[in-house]
Parts: sequence; structure tokens; C-alpha cells
Amino acid sequence: MPLIKIRDLHFYRGNRAIFEGVNIDIERGKVTAIMGPSGTGKTTLLKLIGGQLRPDKGTIEVDGQNVHKLSRSDLYELRKRMGMLFQSGALLTDLTVYDNVAFPLREHTDLPESMIRDLVLMKLQAVGLRNARNLQPSELSGGMARRVALARAVALEPMMIMYDEPFTGQDPISMGTLVNLIHRMNDAMGLTSIVVSHDVAETAEIADYIYLLSGGKIIEHGSPVQLRRSGSQWVQQFMQGLPDGPVPFHYAGPEFKEDLLKPEEYA
Amino acid sequence: MIKLIRSLGRWGLGTFERLGRGHLFLMHILAGIPGLFLRFSLVIHQVYSVGVLSLLIILISGLFVGMVLGLQGYNTLVDFGAEESLGVLVSLSLVRELGPVVSALLFAGRAGSALTAEIGLMKSTEQLSGMEMMAVDPIRRVIAPRFMAGLISMPLLAAIFSAVGIIGAFLVGHGLLGVDDGAFWSQMQAKTDFYDDIMNGVIKSVVFGFVVTWIALFEGHDATPTSEGVGRATTRTVVHSAFAILGLDFVLTALMFGDE
Amino acid sequence: MMQNKSTEIIVGMFVAVGIAALFMLAMKVSNLGDFTDEAGYQVTAEFENIGGLKVRAPVTMAGVRVGRVASINLDPMTYNAEVTINMYSQFDNIPYDTSASIYTAGLLGEQYIGLVAGAEEEFLQDGDVIDLTQPALVLEQVIGQFLYSKAEGDE
Repeated sequence: MPLIKIRDLHFYRGNRAIFEGVNIDIERGKVTAIMGPSGTGKTTLLKLIGGQLRPDKGTIEVDGQNVHKLSRSDLYELRKRMGMLFQSGALLTDLTVYDNVAFPLREHTDLPESMIRDLVLMKLQAVGLRNARNLQPSELSGGMARRVALARAVALEPMMIMYDEPFTGQDPISMGTLVNLIHRMNDAMGLTSIVVSHDVAETAEIADYIYLLSGGKIIEHGSPVQLRRSGSQWVQQFMQGLPDGPVPFHYAGPEFKEDLLKPEEYA
Repeated sequence: MIKLIRSLGRWGLGTFERLGRGHLFLMHILAGIPGLFLRFSLVIHQVYSVGVLSLLIILISGLFVGMVLGLQGYNTLVDFGAEESLGVLVSLSLVRELGPVVSALLFAGRAGSALTAEIGLMKSTEQLSGMEMMAVDPIRRVIAPRFMAGLISMPLLAAIFSAVGIIGAFLVGHGLLGVDDGAFWSQMQAKTDFYDDIMNGVIKSVVFGFVVTWIALFEGHDATPTSEGVGRATTRTVVHSAFAILGLDFVLTALMFGDE
Repeated sequence: MMQNKSTEIIVGMFVAVGIAALFMLAMKVSNLGDFTDEAGYQVTAEFENIGGLKVRAPVTMAGVRVGRVASINLDPMTYNAEVTINMYSQFDNIPYDTSASIYTAGLLGEQYIGLVAGAEEEFLQDGDVIDLTQPALVLEQVIGQFLYSKAEGDE
């Protein structure tokens, strides 16, 4: 049985449809990537899974529980077993790196401070930032902030982690570090990972399974190898990053030639 | 014409919707307050940033307001040969009105805007969202302690403002203008009532603290999560707080001193 | 953790200063400092007219404050003003036939009750009534009387 089962998901923002009949299965212990162009609601999907938003139609089940039918306290219990890595890291700016990682432990457990210290140092060691523990979040680079956020997300030993655009705006070195970390965390801790991204190369490297999302629907899904071989032109354009194809380079409208022959617009 | 009425209607609906959200938000905060007593250190830290950091502006403004009151009051009273009443004039105007109102306005400008900016920034950098995903209720963890801190700090700041103001007026009146110090204090004591004047002033400042902190936190929490949105929310906090303080001051004054 | 401690100390100082300011307002600025009313005893006095006398106005004897006005009512039978006075407990040897008058402090000042001691051996007790009273001077009446007597004198 998959860990997350999304069935017939509909979600509207105002009159705009973000999702129209989306079905996704996320397998346990695997890295599943959800990819698509900017503005297709990938982050919205994570917020729906986390119960921060409610779908207009359809169900989302996490570990057999319908997220949007849960009571507030049950939802909070479930969230303790979900980690989420925000695009900005979402570190608490008034706490040090150490206190940020300790935050979920202090909020949700009664562990003595000495044990919290051991756990925090262990998590920070795993992301390679044990010696940065006394820094303030403002002193970290973007990649370091994401690594701290990752250490914080796994502090409570969750069953899954959702990564929101983990590679955006990273230099090649920290990108490589993150790719490596996500892969290692997944294998070492037996996590289920969901990666939302539009960085094709990095995502394809670590993903076991990919869903391609566009215009509110799943266009294609399969392993990275299957997708590369896909016959769909749209998939090919997205995977290879071609400037023109089914998604046109030019914004829809009359032809250039016609516009040139209509000088009256300047009159 | 129809258009005008429609936009008026839309504005009205929007305002009521915001008011409703503001009240739900308040309910949520109040529900979080009992839990704070188990973790009072959260509140203490906020009293530091809300109250202690506002102390300097309150002290300086209070001193100068009191000194000006001393000068102006003396010049008016001396015409009637009643300069001994300077103490009464100063104490009643400070304790009843200027103390609570001016310190609340300063509080809105100093602490209120800072609260809105802080919460707005936490929202725009996904910190609040992140907390929610860590199964921590941001309203209980972040907002409620700040609310409590505002409620605690405001009356203390108003009392400090009034006390410093009276001292300032005394320095000017006695030191500079030569009003008899015995008359200054004894007349003040004879005419200032503990319940009618001082307690009512304290009640006013508690109400103002409640309203200003509520507005500031709500504006921050409700801000559009962009730097422009946070900036606008900060401005709104100061403007709305000023309206609320002055309007409520009239209502409270009418209720407290109206039937004398 | 060090920073934690200093924050707490500073906040503690802030709260202490705030409470001290409130205390100063209560004791130094307001009349709470001489709040011994509760411990005393109560006597009543009936006046024909109390003028502008207010609740909590001072009650003095030879200029020394000996009590405060606790309440003012209208006697439904005599249509006189019935004033209840809280006397401070240390003044427990005030003669039974003491008289009470209403005076004005200065030309425009507040009105207060002045007591003049009588000669009785018995002292006022809780619940006693002061019989000898003199009403407040109402300025219009005084001027009216003055003009009247002046006019009479001219004739």
C-alpha cells in the first residue's frame, strides 16, 4: 500500500483551477518527484498533503488516514510524523542553528536537555553543520540554511519528508550537497521522500519515480528512464529544456507579420 | 452611480470580513493564553522586546510632556494667583488622559509597528507555515506570548510615563518657577483620587494595550506575505491603533468621568 | 543561556520600575496615602443645605483632618441632606455635642465640613447623630440678604 494516496484531487484558487482530477501514489521508502513548470501548484500540492489547505474535491490519504477528515489534534499528531523542507528553509530567525534544530524536540518531547543536545548534534553532524551550531540563521548561506532546515525536519524521526524546490537558486556545489543529502537521508533513515522541483537533471538523478504536472493534470508518470523515452512531445520539451515546442516560445496572439502591417496602433 | 454604490458595498463587505477574521484571531489567541502560564519564559522574552525596548521613548517623552505641562500650567494659573494648583493640574491631566493616551500612541509606534513587521516577516519567510508543519500552533507559540506581553507592558509603561511626567512638572514648577513644593504635593494629593483617577487611568491603559497589541498582531498575521505587504501592514497598524486609542479614549472617558 | 538570564533580569527590573511608578502614583500623588477610613467609626449629620459638598470631602476640626464624607442622601421625611461621615479611629474623644458646619476652602475652593468641639463628657460613638449643624453658605442667598438689608437700611 502506498504511503500517500491522492484521488481525484480538485483545487481552485478563486475561479482558477489549480488541480483538476489529479491521482498520485507515493510509495514507501522511495523518492518520488513531482515536476512541472512554474506556477502549476507544486507547492500547493505539498500544503494540501500537509493539511494546511483543503481540497475542493477528492481525497488525500497519508498512511491510511484521510488528512482532511482528521480532527485538529489528530492532524497535529500526523504532522509530527511528516517533515517539510520549505524553499527558504523557514528557519526561525530569532533562534540559533542549534535552537532551531532543538525546537521540535523541545516543543513535542519532555527529553532532558542533555539528551536533546546529543540528538541535535547528531542531526547537525549528518548535514555537516555541527560546528555552525552557534550561528544565527542570518549568517548562513542559502544552501546551509536548507541543510539546517533538513536537520530540523528529521529531528523527530518522521516517516516522510516533503522537499519544496530544494535546488532552486543554489550554486553547483551546494546543489550537489543537497542531492547527496536527500538521497542519503532517504536510504539511511528509511524515509519516504517527495521532491517538488523543476530542476530536471538533479531531480532525475535521485528520483525513483516522477510525476509530471501541468495545467492542473498529470501529463505523464514513470521512472526517469521511462520519461526520457516518452513519446510525448511535451514531456520531451520539459525533460530536455527545449525553448520551443508544445509550450510555445511566443505568448499566444496574432502573428508578428500581421502586427507589422498594422501601423495604426501608433497613431 | 451604480458603480460607486457597488464599490462602497465591496468595501463594506471587505471591512466586515476583516473584522470577523480579526475576532476569530482574537478568540484563538485567548484560547492560547492559559497554556502560557506553563511556559512563562516565552512571555518574559516578549516583555523584553515589547516593554523594555519601549522604555526609553516613554521615559524621555514623559519627562518632556510633564515639563511642558509645568510651564504652560504655571503661566495660565499664575494669572489667577492659583499657581499652587499646578500639582493638581499636572497630576490629573497626566494620570487621567496624557499618561494612558500618549504612552499608548508611542507604544503603537514603537512596539506595535515592530510586532507587525516581525510577524509579517515571519509569515513571508514561511516561518509560521513551517511551524504549523512541525505541528506547533504558531498562534499559541508566537502570537499569544506577544499579546500577553503587550497586555502586561502597557499599564506599566503608562504608569512610568505619568510618574516621570509629574516629576518633570515638579522640576520645572519648583526648581525653575519657584512653586512651593509642599503646596504642589499636598494639593495634588488632596484632589487626586486613587480610584476615580489613578485606577481609571490604569484601566484605560490596559484597554489600550489590549487593542494596540491585537491590531498589531492581526495586521502582521493578515499581511500579504511580501515586503510591500508587510510595509503596508505596519503603516496600517500605526494608523488604526491611533484611531482606536483616541476613539476608545472618548468612550472610556465618557463612561468613567461623564457623570461627575 | 547567559543571554536568557540577563533578559530575565532586565524584564524583572522593568516590571519593578513599573510597579514602583504605580506605587508612587498611589501614595505620593493620590490620597490613598491617608487611607484610614475603614478603621474608623461613622456618624451622621443633617444639614438644611449642603451647597456643593461632595462625597470624600474632608472633615476637619480646628483645621486638622479628622475624617471624610462617606455618603450623602436626602432624608425623605425632613427633606434635609443626611451626610454620613467616616471618622478616623484615633479621634475617639470628640464630645457628643460637637457642631458641624460646611465651609468653603478659599474663594473658589472645595467645600468641607468643619467640626467645633462641644463641652459634653460623653464622646461620639459609631452611629451617633450630630444635632447642631449649620448649612452651607449659598452665595446667591448671601448677596440677596445683603441687598435686602441694605435696602431696608436706606429707608
